[in-house]
Amino acid sequence: MAEQILLKSLEVPGLAGFDIYRKLGGYASVEKALKNFTPDEVTAEVKKSGLRGRGGAGFPTGMKWGFIDKSTDYPRYFVCNFDESEPGTFKDRHIGQLNPHQLIEGMILGSYALGARTSYIYIRGELFYVLKIIEKAIAEAYSNGFLGENILGSGYSLDLYCHPGAGAYICGEETALIESLEGKRGNPRIKPPFPAIVGLYDCPTVVNNVETIAVLPWIINHGADAYAAIGIGNSKGTKLISACGHINKPGIYEIELGLPVEEFIYSEKYCGGIRNGNKLKAVVAGGSSVPILPADLILKTAKGEPRLMSYESLAEGDFETGTMLGSGGFIVMDETTCMVKNLLTFARFYHHESCGQCSPCREGTGWIEKILQRIENGQGTMKDIDLLVSISKHIEGNTICPLGDAAAWPVASAVRHFRQEFEDHVKLQRCPLSK
Amino acid sequence: MSLVKVTIDEIEVEVEAGTTILNAARKIGGNVVPPAMCYYSKLEGSGGKCRTCLVKVAQGSAKDPRPMPKLVPSCRTVVQNGMVVQNITSPEVMEARKAITEFLLINHPLDCPVCDQAGECSLQDLSYAHGLADTQTIEERRTFAPIDIGDKIKLHMNRCILCYRCVMVADQLTDQRVHGVLGRGDHCEISTYITKAVDNDFSGNMIDVCPVGALTDKTFRFKSRVWFTKPFDAHRDCPKCSGKVVLWMKGEEILRVTGRKDKYGELEVFICNDCRFEHKEDKDWEVEGPRKIERHSVIGQNHYEK
Amino acid sequence: MQNTKNTIEFNTETVDLVNKIIRRYPQGRQKSALLPILHIAQAENHGWLSSEMMDYVASLLNIQPIEVYEVASFYSMFNLQPVGNCVIEVCQTGPCWLNGSEEILAHFEKKLGIKKGETTEDGRFTLKTVECLAACGSAPVIQVGTEYHENMTVEKADGLLSRWTEENKCSHTNPYL
Repeated sequence: MAEQILLKSLEVPGLAGFDIYRKLGGYASVEKALKNFTPDEVTAEVKKSGLRGRGGAGFPTGMKWGFIDKSTDYPRYFVCNFDESEPGTFKDRHIGQLNPHQLIEGMILGSYALGARTSYIYIRGELFYVLKIIEKAIAEAYSNGFLGENILGSGYSLDLYCHPGAGAYICGEETALIESLEGKRGNPRIKPPFPAIVGLYDCPTVVNNVETIAVLPWIINHGADAYAAIGIGNSKGTKLISACGHINKPGIYEIELGLPVEEFIYSEKYCGGIRNGNKLKAVVAGGSSVPILPADLILKTAKGEPRLMSYESLAEGDFETGTMLGSGGFIVMDETTCMVKNLLTFARFYHHESCGQCSPCREGTGWIEKILQRIENGQGTMKDIDLLVSISKHIEGNTICPLGDAAAWPVASAVRHFRQEFEDHVKLQRCPLSK
Repeated sequence: MSLVKVTIDEIEVEVEAGTTILNAARKIGGNVVPPAMCYYSKLEGSGGKCRTCLVKVAQGSAKDPRPMPKLVPSCRTVVQNGMVVQNITSPEVMEARKAITEFLLINHPLDCPVCDQAGECSLQDLSYAHGLADTQTIEERRTFAPIDIGDKIKLHMNRCILCYRCVMVADQLTDQRVHGVLGRGDHCEISTYITKAVDNDFSGNMIDVCPVGALTDKTFRFKSRVWFTKPFDAHRDCPKCSGKVVLWMKGEEILRVTGRKDKYGELEVFICNDCRFEHKEDKDWEVEGPRKIERHSVIGQNHYEK
Repeated sequence: MQNTKNTIEFNTETVDLVNKIIRRYPQGRQKSALLPILHIAQAENHGWLSSEMMDYVASLLNIQPIEVYEVASFYSMFNLQPVGNCVIEVCQTGPCWLNGSEEILAHFEKKLGIKKGETTEDGRFTLKTVECLAACGSAPVIQVGTEYHENMTVEKADGLLSRWTEENKCSHTNPYL
């Protein structure tokens, strides 16, 4: 197995407690950074590491930090996006539950780099039991001098709090998250301005995913070069993959980016193959929002090269024959799976989660769900299949935030790769896979 | 104030830095002006939601000529010097606008024949210009029961396109907002939640800013089709507002009082409820003369001879 | 933590907690505390937010009641109608569906004699479907209060149901306590 950065000590009993975590070398990066690095040097190190945002978009983290406006006297905020709710993704809960101090350590580093004096961890409301674990860890960090006034005598002070959401996928979008943190509806803001200029309480703000933040201590401890040496191409480091669906060993795996998809699915080290010895039918590789690929295209690119678990390789062939690494939510489907029904559950999800602010998403997501429901029930027409494609095309790119794209891509890709199955539903007037 | 040059549909215009594409297009005028269902220049923070004003930025600026990757809401996108914008000259924009129009209509009732807004409805204009001849949807429309919010205003939620303008009026013109957008997604609705009257001196402006027939004047309901009335500019000494209004007359009778709207359907000034609802007598008003309606609506077809 | 008929106001202990949460946000930004406090308010009000309770929350934060209604109606964890003593939430999104969530839901419906969205006549159980709970690796998943129950099976559902019935399970506890 590759270098374990995030999952390394997770089996150690009591890791969530400060003493054990500290014994294993925890908080060393904070000591190092506050003593030896200026805030800008921390940012430079993160830039150099090639770390990309692990929430789904894959934007270079150091570059995002570089955008923050340090020219004014406004307070600056660093916010952790712990609103994990992309179907197929369940890695952040794991970190928060088993290794909260790693997240807190990363929060201190990020806050120091950005000059934030107050930082928040926005955690989805369903995970209140994880919130309480983190709050306990935060209290320990305070009493051991790693949070609060004048941390380790450095003159740098930081307050850190948890903030619960209350059931809204859209709050994973960073400006909706900020609105929600301000006690409002989770309506995404119209950009620009971006949060780095006008964010929380109209102040410069950076929002990063849990996994992104949790990897920061390792980068500071071992250096940017060590991190950049892991991985392939512009996909540096390791990535947590949440594997689920019809596999023998669902769970969370930390892989070195560049691992062949075939090895990931079939090797005993990872997913352990398809359940019941069934045949692989399709994979959603990066959370429900990314295009679904049929077995042949997830294992090999259209050019016949082995597909790798990396930002570039998964995107090879664009949306025609490729997909995205996204959040690393790896959903595997075997031959018994109905592609229409699977898509219907996603469509229902996006319809349910649309904030309702802009018209294409508000109206289009519900429309798509209704059409899919009809097709699945055997009441669809051939025209409906084309209509689905046309609606998804008209949502894509025309909405305030990426939820529109996220709702559109699964539809377009399912019809692109599994059109026959949609047509069979229409012809047979029922699901061809149901007994 | 520094000036920047922007080209919209091959027409160059010079505007103040900080101007949006939409307002630059309004400066040019004519058919290069994108339609706006939610933006309202007098309401801070409005716009960006309905997506009918999406345009293509073919060149970002003179300094950075790269095109913008997606269509942008012209009402919320600030022009840069040397920006090149395509509105009606872009097939992509026209297709998107057609699609947005369809999205706005799939849950909107086709009840124009019984809607008081007919004839002065932005959605009617939009669908006339960009709508399909036929509907592609066979799904059931979502429905709400019409309710009274106060004794003068009727809310037909079925017709609402969630532009948020009325919420902004309440936020920005009144002391205490009692209505808002409730729910989520396509279950969103304008509501007071518990039955409450929207009751303050300027609440009537919600009717005027509503682009559709969701909020209508109960004192005018079903009295006349708007194109059978004749609009006149009039004013009175009002202690609360400018007192500058439009009287909508049928014969000698004042059927309705509204604020004065410009050619983009926006009020020139907000008026108070006293002027709007409580002064329907000839003697209340100093009539200035016939109001010229510039929009290409049926009201514009009106004639003023007795 | 007793709510009498006459008052929905929090006791001193809860008010202290509320004030502690408010202090986490900058001065004048007390509205930020709305979601955490609504969670507490819902738990204190038998699992749902009545308009009286929301008005009370508005007064605690010095904001307009409509601001609370707008927010409470946006987030799916808040119930604006009364619910049973124990709310069972069954995840139905893709990964849970792939692993048999429909069977789990159907089993609860059969055992409780209600459909999703309904409450049993004795007011003990409410059955809901929810979207992705982010525990897809141990699908199918259900949530009850702050507890997750993972790798659900019909047998497991039976076991939980009889336990909850026996102990008269209430899922509305202050999540901070």
